[in-house]
Amino acid sequence: MAELELSGVNYIYNKGTPYETHALKDINLKIGGGITGIIGHTGSGKSTLVQMFNGLVKPTSGTVKLDGEDIWEKKDRVREARFKAGLVMQYPEYQLFASTVYEDIAFGPRNMGLSEEEVDKRVRAAAAFSKLPPEAMARSPFDLSGGQKRRVALAGVIAMNPAFLVLDEPAAGLDPGGRRSILGGIKEFGKNSGTSVIIVSHSMEDMASYCDRIIVMASGRVIMDGNCSEVFSRYNELIGVGLDVPQVTRIASALSHRGLDIGRDVYTVGYAAGKLCEMLDGDVK
Amino acid sequence: MENTIEVKNLRYIYEGFGDEPDVEALRDVSFNVEKGSFTVILGHNGSGKSTLASILCMLAEPTEGEVWINGKLMTGDTVTDEDIFEARRSVGMVFQNPDNQIVATVVEEDVAFGCENLGIPSKEIRRRVDSALDTVGMRKYARHSPHRLSGGQKQRVAIAGVIAMKRDCIIFDESTAMLDPMGRREVMDTIERLNSEDGVTVILITHYMEEAARADKIIVMNEGRVLTEGTPSEVFSDPEKLWEASLDVPQSTELLYRMRKAGLDVRLDIFDFGECADEIARAMSERRRENNG
Amino acid sequence: MKMDIAFGQYCEGNSLLHRLDPRVKIIITILYIVAIFMAKNVFAFALMLAFTVALVIMSRLSVRVILGGLKPIMFIALFTAVINIFFYKGDEPLVAFWVIKIYKEGLINAGLIVLRILMLLTATSMFLTYTTTPIALTDGLEQLLSPLSKIGVPVHDFAMMMTIALRFIPTLIEETEKIMNAQKARGADFSSGGLVKRAKAIVPIIIPLFVSAFRRAGDLATAMECRCYTGGKGRTRMNVLRAGARDFLFTFVIIALGAGVILINIYAPGYSV
Repeated sequence: MAELELSGVNYIYNKGTPYETHALKDINLKIGGGITGIIGHTGSGKSTLVQMFNGLVKPTSGTVKLDGEDIWEKKDRVREARFKAGLVMQYPEYQLFASTVYEDIAFGPRNMGLSEEEVDKRVRAAAAFSKLPPEAMARSPFDLSGGQKRRVALAGVIAMNPAFLVLDEPAAGLDPGGRRSILGGIKEFGKNSGTSVIIVSHSMEDMASYCDRIIVMASGRVIMDGNCSEVFSRYNELIGVGLDVPQVTRIASALSHRGLDIGRDVYTVGYAAGKLCEMLDGDVK
Repeated sequence: MENTIEVKNLRYIYEGFGDEPDVEALRDVSFNVEKGSFTVILGHNGSGKSTLASILCMLAEPTEGEVWINGKLMTGDTVTDEDIFEARRSVGMVFQNPDNQIVATVVEEDVAFGCENLGIPSKEIRRRVDSALDTVGMRKYARHSPHRLSGGQKQRVAIAGVIAMKRDCIIFDESTAMLDPMGRREVMDTIERLNSEDGVTVILITHYMEEAARADKIIVMNEGRVLTEGTPSEVFSDPEKLWEASLDVPQSTELLYRMRKAGLDVRLDIFDFGECADEIARAMSERRRENNG
Repeated sequence: MKMDIAFGQYCEGNSLLHRLDPRVKIIITILYIVAIFMAKNVFAFALMLAFTVALVIMSRLSVRVILGGLKPIMFIALFTAVINIFFYKGDEPLVAFWVIKIYKEGLINAGLIVLRILMLLTATSMFLTYTTTPIALTDGLEQLLSPLSKIGVPVHDFAMMMTIALRFIPTLIEETEKIMNAQKARGADFSSGGLVKRAKAIVPIIIPLFVSAFRRAGDLATAMECRCYTGGKGRTRMNVLRAGARDFLFTFVIIALGAGVILINIYAPGYSV
């Protein structure tokens, strides 16, 4: 299992100007396996944090290690990090450029210096993720629908076979159906390929339904780190830092005040409904 | 009740390039928007809701059907440029991307842009701009560059630009889609205030269910048709239909729906988490009483 | 900061110079340029120098900013000085060495020319960039040139284009950075290889940037149309430029300066240029 480790990471930008900002403060993290969600609102440092993972941003102090190797130790390590921690930025469809879908997906693998044969294999494998028919590979990416473009952009990063797939707001701007399909697709991909997935989002509902572990960021620090039930049971603290909890978590808390205690770790509707049904059945018996 | 907008049997066809087939974006769409009401148009991407918005703003002409704005027919051959200009003076639009609708490099200059186009005297523009910036809570940013503002703030500047023109109806075309939750809340609060305090007719196009729950009326679009239309309670009482249209319902509705399927007699038209808990608690205790009695 | 590229060298402030009407600043700048080229002798130069120093003090800008702004022109100024020193002929050479003869007049002349270049740059940037935002300058130009629209020059359209360009430059710079980062994340390399390789590496940035710029342009045009924009005809402005007492005073001062220069040229002969 690949492992990503940040120790004592600080990041200050615009140093020495009136706009000096301490974006990350003493971050210590170990991530590997499963789906990790990073939550926080705009300006909490979460977007800067994910750009640390693949070396797009160099920490002001502290180290970033991929599989035990400091990515800033040698010059070509950083480049390796780009391929090991594949980063999909927000609205990735705006970065498509090639004349065909195939060429666009092949951009990453070619930059890795792979043989044409290997590139072809990778592109075809990644294209499965985009759910496009094979004949669409020759089409211009600009002719696709919004949702399809996003999938192609994701496939472009998946084709690099990264050990970590890091996604910044992969579902931004999509409708509920589109959200379900892209997040579901990512989850399935992570499970089947053994890739560790890291998702940045501000949707609590999405995080609750797709993530195994949640890291909560506020003003440049990690303030919570745990599984969904651990994080969402700290309901009041989350609201305190301006974040929300899934509506169903609030309902569960309101139910417990009305004598129907289904626990404080409720974060999906299915789970809440199941618990309530158990109670119903218990009553019948 | 007076209708600000009436739409009758709208049809809109995008002609395909070359050998591509034509796409029917709207098929037989009819509805009314009452003056001073808050209407939400709900639909997944590609359901035809944005085409509808551009028709309502006179940016596109329907292939068939009629659009009436403030009792005036705005479609057909008899419509003049003056009519369109007149309609645009009363129906404004706030778009999705906050960056692409701000024209000037200073906030107040941008808010003034529309009024300047209408040829309003300088002093009057100044008065309107100040009051519009107050309404959206952006007065202290009047001399700022829009570039440094947050997404929510930019959208509020865009809204100020529309209200400075004293429009009685504003269409929000997915104006919250690109914002973070905080920005979305800012913009939604502003929209609601405009509707309830200033009596502005609001048409909100969105795919966020929480926003739809606050409306007077919801129109659900699917495959270019009006799938269903009614108050939020009416529309959300049939979650299956919405799921099919690639939409969602609020979690409270989903939970109540699942409980009803499990045989609990609960209402579905509840969007507040507290009320939802009340309803479940009520039905559960009723059930217990039945079982015991 | 990179974000402020569009705002040029503008330094925020509230000095007398900042508050002058941009139209007046444009006119004053022209008059100043005329005056400085009319100055013919040491005394006229002294007057101009006194005025320029007064400007710097009035602007309340730090001297370091202004000297920094002069740096790029230093080479040209020195070059001009050297040429003048070596090729200007006077009566009596101060130094004579092989074919090189340096005259006193040459030295003075070189000094005055360098001074003229430096003052010219200081004053124009003082009026037009340090204390005036590009947008105010655009407004000023539009209104100054508006009589030309009567003979069919599309003054308003040019001004509008300038405004929109200024508005979108920071947005597009930010976008370029985002796209570069995204392509770097896919292993793109912009900093190594030969010319051809580097030129090729730009393609994945340029194409998305163009696509985005066109999309933004389309969106903006729609938004402007929705806000009843139909061109410059029948348009009013919220902020109408109104020249006040200080503007007239300043114009008067600069005219007096010009007159002073002319008088000195005539009545106070000194080392003339």
